[in-house]
Amino acid sequence: MPVTLTIDGHEVTVPKGTTILEAAKRIGQEVPHYCYHPGMSSPAMCRLCLVEVEGAPKPIPSCVTTVMDGQVVHTQSDQAKSNRQAVLEFYLVNHPLDCPICDMSGECDLQDYVHEEGRESGRSREPKRIFGRDDFGGDVLFYGDRCVMCTRCVRFMSEVEQDSRLTVVERGSRSVIDTFFDEGLDGTHWHGNIVDICPVGALVSKDFLHKARAWDLEHTPSVCTSCSQGCNIELHTRDNLVQRLKPRENLDVNGWWMCDHGRDNYEWINQGGRIEAPLIRDGNGGSKAVAWKEALTALLEKAGDAGKGTVRAVASPLASNEDLGALKALVDALGGGDSVFRSARAEQEIVLKGFPSLARRRDLAANTTGAELVGLARTGADDASGGLDEVSGHGGVLVVLGDALADQDADFGKNAALYVYLGSHESAASAHADLVLPVTTFAEQEGTFTNLSGRVQRFWPGLEAPGMARPPWLILGALVAELTEAEAPRSAADAFAALGGRVPAFSGLTYDDLGDRGAVVNEPVSISGD
Amino acid sequence: MAYPYVSDREVRILSKYFGDPKQRHVDTYVERGGYKALEKALGMGPDDVVDVVKSSGLRGRGGAGFPTGVKWSFMPKEQRKPHYLLCNADESEPGTFKDRELMRWDPHQLIEGCLIGAHAIRAQHVYIYCRGEFFEANQVLARAVEDAYGKGYIGENIFDSGHTIDVTVHQGAGAYICGEETGMMNSLEGKRGEPRIKPPFPAAVGAFGKPSTINNVETLCAIPHIVANGGEWYRQYGTEKSPGTKLFCVSGHVNKPGNYELPLGFPLIELIEDVCGGMRDGNALKAVIPGGSSVPLINAEEARACSLDYEGCLEVGTMLGCASVIVMDETADIVKQVRRMVDFYAHESCGQCTPCREGTTWTAQILRRIENGKGTEDDLDTLMEMTQNMVGTTICVLSDSVAAPVQSSIEKFRDEYLALIRRGERMGVA
Repeated sequence: MPVTLTIDGHEVTVPKGTTILEAAKRIGQEVPHYCYHPGMSSPAMCRLCLVEVEGAPKPIPSCVTTVMDGQVVHTQSDQAKSNRQAVLEFYLVNHPLDCPICDMSGECDLQDYVHEEGRESGRSREPKRIFGRDDFGGDVLFYGDRCVMCTRCVRFMSEVEQDSRLTVVERGSRSVIDTFFDEGLDGTHWHGNIVDICPVGALVSKDFLHKARAWDLEHTPSVCTSCSQGCNIELHTRDNLVQRLKPRENLDVNGWWMCDHGRDNYEWINQGGRIEAPLIRDGNGGSKAVAWKEALTALLEKAGDAGKGTVRAVASPLASNEDLGALKALVDALGGGDSVFRSARAEQEIVLKGFPSLARRRDLAANTTGAELVGLARTGADDASGGLDEVSGHGGVLVVLGDALADQDADFGKNAALYVYLGSHESAASAHADLVLPVTTFAEQEGTFTNLSGRVQRFWPGLEAPGMARPPWLILGALVAELTEAEAPRSAADAFAALGGRVPAFSGLTYDDLGDRGAVVNEPVSISGD
Repeated sequence: MAYPYVSDREVRILSKYFGDPKQRHVDTYVERGGYKALEKALGMGPDDVVDVVKSSGLRGRGGAGFPTGVKWSFMPKEQRKPHYLLCNADESEPGTFKDRELMRWDPHQLIEGCLIGAHAIRAQHVYIYCRGEFFEANQVLARAVEDAYGKGYIGENIFDSGHTIDVTVHQGAGAYICGEETGMMNSLEGKRGEPRIKPPFPAAVGAFGKPSTINNVETLCAIPHIVANGGEWYRQYGTEKSPGTKLFCVSGHVNKPGNYELPLGFPLIELIEDVCGGMRDGNALKAVIPGGSSVPLINAEEARACSLDYEGCLEVGTMLGCASVIVMDETADIVKQVRRMVDFYAHESCGQCTPCREGTTWTAQILRRIENGKGTEDDLDTLMEMTQNMVGTTICVLSDSVAAPVQSSIEKFRDEYLALIRRGERMGVA
C-alpha cells in the first residue's frame, strides 16, 4: 500500500513501511546520519537524522520512523538544522580534529557535515578525552578518539558477518569500541567492510594507511576478479596504480559488501615488468619489437603458411566476455578446434551469513561462466595447473590468451606450427611463441564479465595501459576481420555486439542495457564442477 | 519499632511496619492480614482488578506519575504470547531511598502487589529487577519469595484459583540507566543496559519481545491496600488529581531526615518545618529539589508555595518525580551541588545518544571549571544553550535530567555562579 507524504514541500509516494529517511532520498534529500546503514538494523542513537514532523512534540529520528499518510516532514527547517548543528557540536567536543593526518579526510561524513552545517567555531575549551590507537587484528586499526560511536562496525560483525568480534565497552563518554580479549578480527573473512562503513576515520585499513589522500584517488567502477560472485567494486587509483578496492552497491549481487580475499587481491594488477610491444621471435632465441601492423601482418602470413588445421587455444578466465568471444571467433576462422580454460578453485564457499546470496565462491576467477557460455571447456586441476598435455605438444596453430602457464616448462608449444602468446608478462612457457602480443588487464580496458548466476556486468578502465598493450578483443577482432567477412570492432561495445551475434546467450543485450548494474544472460546457467 | 524518625502527621499505610523485622516473616505478614487482597483479586477477573486500580486514581510512583490502572489497560486483552510484569526495584535516583525500605521491611507487601498486578495484566511471570547495591534488600526479597513459594502464595494454582504466577528476583549490576524501563528490559535479557527506541512500547513489545508492564516498587506496594479496601478508600487521602499517600525521602539540611509517608498535596514547607523538625542549626532555607536530582530545583520562596502533589509541583516550575526531597540551607554551595549531580549523570549515561554521551561530560567539565574559578560569563550562556540541546533529542530522558538542575540553578542562583567567576577573575586564574 503506497503512502503519500510531504517532505520539504515535495509530495512523495512510497510503499508503506518506508522510513522517512529513505523516503527523503526519493526526492534527492539526503538526511545526515551515522548509525543508520541500509544493510543493518538501526539503533537511532546518533541523533543526527532527527527531523521536524508537523504535529510531533519532539524531533523525530527519521531512520526508524516509518512514513504515515499526510505526514508533513521538514528536513531543512530551522529546528532540524539547529538540531543537527547542536549534535555536530557535541561530536566535536572530543574529536581530535586530526584531519591532516587522517586517512578518512576528504571522504569523512563528520568533516562533510560539519563543513556544511556545523558551527563556525566550537565552544568547548575543555581537555579532550584520549583513547589512543588499537590494533583490532586483520587489516583494521582503530583510532578511538575519532570514533563517533555509531556502532556500525559492531552491528556489521554481529548481524551481517554474524561473528561477534566487536563490542562497546564502558558507558557514557567513556564508551569505546573494543575486541573481545586478544582475539580481534583475525580469521574473519569480511572485516574489511567495517572500514568502509565507518563514517569517520576511526577504523582504517592497515594496508591503505597513509598511502594516499582521498582527493587524489580516481574512482573507476569495476567488477572484482577474485571469484565468480562478481562483486561490484571501485578501483581507487593514483599514479596509474591501484591503491585499494572498495565495494560498490549492487543489491542484486553484493549489497554493500565485498570479502577480504577479493579486497586484498589487487597487487597483481600493479605488477611491473610488462610486455610493452609486440615481439616477433626469429626462431633462434632472438626477438624483435615491432609495430602492431607488422606483427599482425606477420601473424596472418604465418597462419597462412600453417594452413587450415586443428587449432588449440588456452585462455584465462580473467579475460572478458568480449576477449573470449573474439578468441573463439579467431579459432573458428583458423579452422576450428578445442579451446580450454583453467581456473583455481577453493575447497569451499565462504558465505556472508547476514547476506547469504553473497559468498566468496569456489571458482577463484571472474569469468568462468562467461568462458563456458562462449564455448571454452574447463580443464586442469583445482589449483589451475595441468590439463594441457595435448595442447603443449600440439603441432598446428596454438593461441594462448592471458594464462601465464606458470606450471608449464619451456618446451610448451615447441612443436606448434604457429604459437601466438597474448599476455601481460612473459613466462617460461612463452619461450617458443612465434609472436608475443602485449594485452591489457581488466583494469586497463572496458569489458564485461559473467558471474556464476549468469549476470553480465561491465567494468571500465581505471589505469593507462603500458606501452603498446591493447585489449585482446581489439587484436583478435582485427585478425578475425582479416580472415572473414566480419567487421573489425572499434569499441568494446562493438565487440560485445559481435559476441551477441555468435553466442545466443548474449544476443540482444547491449552495453546500454547492462548499465552499471548488469543484466542476466538469456539462458539458464549451469555451473560445471558443482 | 525503632525506625529512625516518625511523625504524627504521617498516614502510614505502606510504611506501617517500617522498623519491625517480624514483618519480613511470611507467617507474621499473614497474621496481620497479608495475602488476603491477593485471594480477593484472584477471585475477580483481571479487568475488574484494573478497574479498581483505575478508580483509586493511583499514579505511578517511579517519577512520571502515569495512572497505573490506565497503564495496565494497555496490555493485550487476549494472551497470544506470554505477558510479563516487571517490578522496577532499581531505585537509584540520587536522593531516593523509599523502595529500598519497602523491600527491606515489608517484602511480602511488594510480592503480594506483584502477584495482583500480574493477574491484572494476565502475566504468569513477575521479574523483580532489584538494584545490585541493595544487598540486604536482595537477600530479604529472595528469602520472602522462597517463603511465599513454600506457602503456595506464589507458584501453581494459587488459592485454588487455577492461576499460576512465578516470581523471579533479578539482581542488577548497579547502573542507573537500568532503572529506565526499556534499559531494564535489555539488562534483564542479558544485553547492555541501553534504553530502546519507543515505539514499540513495552505493552506491545517488552521484555523478551513480549507484552510487558513495568511498575515501581511503591506503586505495587499500594496495590494490595487498594484491592482490599477499594478505590474510594484510597481517594480519601491526597488530592483529587493526585490521590493516596506517598513516601517522601527527605535528605539534606533538616533536623530529622528520613522516609515519611504523607498524603499527596502536603505542603512542602510543613514537611520541612514540622515533620522534619526544621532546618539544621536554625539556618535559613536556600533551595529544595522536591523530586530527586532529575527535577528543577526551587528557591525558598517557591518552596513555601509548593504543595507536594504532581500538579502543585508543576505550578512552581518543578516536578514531584519520585518525591525525593533534597533540602539545602544557606550554607549549601549550589554550583558544587549541581556539578555533583551532573557528574553522576555523566557517569551513568549509557553512551548511546550523542547529545547525552558528550553533553553530560561536557556540562560537568564546564561546571568544574567554574567551580575552580576558571569560568567566564560566556560559559553560563553555553551551559544554558547546550543543555537545552540535550532536551527531547535523545532516546530516553537521562539527558533531559541534566538540563533541569543546570538551567534552574543558573536561572535562580546566577549570583552564585557569577561570584565564583568574579573571584576567579580577581585572582587572575580565568
